[in-house]
Amino acid sequence: MDYLTTVLVKNGLIVAFLVTGIIVYFSEWLSKTLTNKKIPGSALAIVTGLVLAYIGGMVTGGKKGIADIPQLSGFELMGGNMFRDFAIVSTAMGASFGIIKKTGLAGIVSLFVGVVFSFVAGAVIALAMGHHDAASITTIGAGACTFVVGPVTGTAVGASSEIIAISIAAGVVKSILVTIGTPLIAPYIGLNTPQAAMIYGGLMGTTSGTAAGLAATDPKLVPYGAMTATFYTGLGCLMCPSVLYLLVKAFY
Amino acid sequence: MLIKGVALLAACYIGGQLTGETLGRLLHIDANVGGVGFAMLLLILSQNWLEKRGWFQQDIEDGVQFWSKMYIPIIVAMSAVQNVRVALSSGLLALLAGIIPVLVCLATMPLISKLNKKAE
Repeated sequence: MDYLTTVLVKNGLIVAFLVTGIIVYFSEWLSKTLTNKKIPGSALAIVTGLVLAYIGGMVTGGKKGIADIPQLSGFELMGGNMFRDFAIVSTAMGASFGIIKKTGLAGIVSLFVGVVFSFVAGAVIALAMGHHDAASITTIGAGACTFVVGPVTGTAVGASSEIIAISIAAGVVKSILVTIGTPLIAPYIGLNTPQAAMIYGGLMGTTSGTAAGLAATDPKLVPYGAMTATFYTGLGCLMCPSVLYLLVKAFY
Repeated sequence: MLIKGVALLAACYIGGQLTGETLGRLLHIDANVGGVGFAMLLLILSQNWLEKRGWFQQDIEDGVQFWSKMYIPIIVAMSAVQNVRVALSSGLLALLAGIIPVLVCLATMPLISKLNKKAE
């Protein structure tokens, strides 16, 4: 058994690739068979990741979730800041300023309204639940944007890992809600044109939730919603740790 | 060569991180201010710039796309290394912070749609 552990520890990052692949495969299977694709595989995979992190924390009593188990220590690198930010930047590929221009004022307004309103609502909830330091308020407000903006902001402003985990959880809740809720609410908010889809993507942000939710509403709307949603995470990562953080800091 | 795309992405990433760090210093906050956002802007701008000159090749796109497709798995790995044990004691906060902002934003949708129709 000892040499098995040695091999796993020595090749940590590759082990993390393998285990994450198994998690994603399992989650997609669950999504298909158990929820009839109502909850996207990616959302289930993220929840599975959080559950594993919880188990890791319970077993080892450590702070790094599943990475505290030596055989799975490679998760620290794969799930670390460097890989995460690198992958996020890559998603901007294909988004063009020309298309955003065509969306006109409404697309841009929806992006700013989406980020700022989500942030403020999240921050107010954080305050109401007894968090009074600027870093925590900002990180939870950012988590109300997406599960990416939360940890990026949290790392930038120096929030604790617990707060970052809450911000991810909030983002995951949002992603699941948008995925399930979009087809249900679409008729009531006039979500049936590319323009409306662009505005919706800008307001909601969560790329996985918006893309999956619009797919269930009308597949033709997906690229339009996903396009603005792509900008949302970038805008959130730009605004939350800077302008919005300074704003919070002015009060707390 | 796929590496050209990966290298372009890496250049934008480093450029964005440097900009974010510099901005953080200028603002006197010990933080990287929007490094990821700046890197995304750099990637979009450089893609447009290369396309205009006809220098944008399929393998450049493939190199970036690979990482774009690794995005969800990396987010899964990221959630697996969070301190969930401690966060669970604030479960209600995560739930509320995930639901209420969505409802607030949904409420503004008819208003922005109206604005869009007026603009047209």
